[in-house]
Amino acid sequence: MTTVSSSAAGVDEATRSPSTLRRFLHGLPGVDQVGAEARATGLATRSIKTTAKEWALDLAVRMIDLTTLEGQDTPGKVRALCAKGMRPDPSDGTCPAVAAICVYSDMVPVAKEALARSGVKVASVATAFPSGRAALDVKLADTHGAVEAGADEIDMVIDRGAFLAGDYQRVHDEIVAVRQACGDRAHLKVILESGELVTYDNVRRASWLAMLAGADFIKTSTGKISPAATLPVTLVMLEAVRDFRDTTGRQVGVKPAGGIRTSKEALRHLILVNETVGDDWLSPDWFRIGASSLLNDLLMQRAKMATGRYAGPDYFTLD
Amino acid sequence: MGFEYAPAPESRAVVDLRSSYGLFVDGEFTDATDGRTFKSVSPATEEVLAEVTEAGPGDVDRAVRAARRAYNKVWSRMPGAERAKYLFRIARIVAERSRELAVLESLDNGKPIRESRDVDLPQVAAHFFYYAGWADKLQYAGLGQDPLPVGVAGQIIPWNFPLLMLAWKIAPALACGNTVVLKPAETTPLTALAFAEICQQADLPAGVVNIVTGAGETGRALVEHDDVDKIAFTGSTEVGKAIARTVAGTRKRTTLELGGKAANVVFDDAPLDQAVEGIVNGIFFNQGHVCCAGSRLLVQESVYDEVLARLKRRMQTLRVGDPLDKNTDVGAINSAEQLARIRELSDVGEREGAERWSPACQLPDRGYWFPPTVFTGVSQAHRIAREEIFGPVLSVLTFRTPAEAVEKANNTPYGLSAGVWAEKGSRILWMADRLRAGVVWANTFNKFDPTSPFGGYKESGYGREGGRHGLEAYLAR
Repeated sequence: MTTVSSSAAGVDEATRSPSTLRRFLHGLPGVDQVGAEARATGLATRSIKTTAKEWALDLAVRMIDLTTLEGQDTPGKVRALCAKGMRPDPSDGTCPAVAAICVYSDMVPVAKEALARSGVKVASVATAFPSGRAALDVKLADTHGAVEAGADEIDMVIDRGAFLAGDYQRVHDEIVAVRQACGDRAHLKVILESGELVTYDNVRRASWLAMLAGADFIKTSTGKISPAATLPVTLVMLEAVRDFRDTTGRQVGVKPAGGIRTSKEALRHLILVNETVGDDWLSPDWFRIGASSLLNDLLMQRAKMATGRYAGPDYFTLD
Repeated sequence: MGFEYAPAPESRAVVDLRSSYGLFVDGEFTDATDGRTFKSVSPATEEVLAEVTEAGPGDVDRAVRAARRAYNKVWSRMPGAERAKYLFRIARIVAERSRELAVLESLDNGKPIRESRDVDLPQVAAHFFYYAGWADKLQYAGLGQDPLPVGVAGQIIPWNFPLLMLAWKIAPALACGNTVVLKPAETTPLTALAFAEICQQADLPAGVVNIVTGAGETGRALVEHDDVDKIAFTGSTEVGKAIARTVAGTRKRTTLELGGKAANVVFDDAPLDQAVEGIVNGIFFNQGHVCCAGSRLLVQESVYDEVLARLKRRMQTLRVGDPLDKNTDVGAINSAEQLARIRELSDVGEREGAERWSPACQLPDRGYWFPPTVFTGVSQAHRIAREEIFGPVLSVLTFRTPAEAVEKANNTPYGLSAGVWAEKGSRILWMADRLRAGVVWANTFNKFDPTSPFGGYKESGYGREGGRHGLEAYLAR
């Protein structure tokens, strides 16, 4: 857009002090809730058929961060998930691998070993996931540990309490610190937990805040809070990364996570990407979907496209 | 490779088109006295869809006499609760047959199936449901103790929302105990004829609804008929004025819903992404064939560059083409005649010095097509800022202060609708108080509901349709 240079200066100003940061975030254009939801609902009526559907289903598989984030996770469970991620459909050699396996930081060594040179990345949640309620040094130690263990990507949570209290500087500085802890070795995804921020205005401000602080990706949710990734939230975040690139020239990725369980929902997110930010984001480098049960539904739809028939759930592995 | 949507056509198989249609008079399809016919074509392909009968004055007279008989003997005497049963039944049949009717509407009119399916048809059913509910409660409408129907209503509707405009006309008329003779537009008669079949299916007493197809002469015969008590017209201001002259001095009551040149006002604090959606919806919905279309965009000068950049980027994602494809956003222009008018006014805009822009889009070879178009550098003195284009053409003007926005928005002979985009509630209310328009939308556009009255100021017409207010036109006190 035409306003790049002048606004880029405004972005540099934004992080100078708590008050400039606050002014900047509150100076972003508002989001009309009714309008944003209507736009998302409208795009959800797009009809994706035949060749377009085949292409989109494969892309969705390639964008998945296949996730297990449970207290009951064991090395065995994580190894099984890694096997699934590398070869989602053992009966179909054309089926691509997922983008990454997402685990708690203590499971990073297991995942790293299992995935070896497959090209599938290891993502680790960190910073006292999912609540983010811990001292900064604890969060940084968590992050360091994951990076040391070989995590390619760090999924951090923001301090929602500080954000809702209006202490944007604290949220910003924490992201900057975690970004530094990641160094050159790991990409940083910043989880906004939109279900706790509630309003779309907050989602847009938190998106900009994370990007200003150096996020490589902005991510909707932990998956532990409902609602998680809704279409309007993803829409607002896509608008934010689009505007951020127009202003600063830097491209940031988006990751909806939690609640996307069916191919139809995944395709609707891809339609949002296509019609909001376009081709540049239609790759696993710039758009991810955090999910667990989604993968099998995508595999079922792939098989249906190939054979014309739905196979029963027993034909798809449960891992 | 990008995300290319494969064709997703809605099936035509649900529509059972006859090769020819008669007039619907006194509960039956009949031929015209003089045997004249005309063809209804699909504007997307120029394919002839069906042959339709052209009603002459004699046929209109038959229809009015049938309506009078039904009025005197059956409908005006029937208790409201009984009339309601018929209206509820019609509403249910419309809802059940909505897929078929949506496809037929898109075939005949050229509008995208997405709109006929998601807007037109749900609204049609909702109108019948809503007014069915009023039929036995008219004494509580605030229009007198025991309000009576007016009599026989002559109703003339346009081609932009054929079945929806039929619903706006017929539902309140019947709920209040009137009978009707309705003339659909000559380019879009088919859903009205399908509605005639629905009247038969619902066992509506003969003569309560009569449909006479034809062009301007048929409409004139209806307006001039001595035994018509009320004229309801939706269409161009030019024809509306002619009707007003014709009925002047007669006992006939009249409501007119005419043209518009609505201002869509965007302030610098507006929610910009949603405002852009509203601008797009305001002018490109239904190919801009909307009397209340937001055809004049007034942008505060301080956000002009940003709004225009966002608008143009958004317009590049509009999908123009086959109306029956479920992913089409903008369909075909309704007729060759309308296309010629849009082209003429757009050329005038260019000659007058405004800057014309359209996104790159591949238009089909056959049929009537016009790309979504924006004119910038438009001033109040340009014809494209004053005349109703009734197509996908937006004129962009700027303003500096709220007072200037009001002045420019009101500086038109029309006054049907307006839009205001701002995050400041007090400013929205201040604007709504001053805009001389029948409908003012705040942070939205083109929102319709059967409970909400709709109608114009100034040369956009008089009378209200929809809501409790819509009953008034069909009740005598």
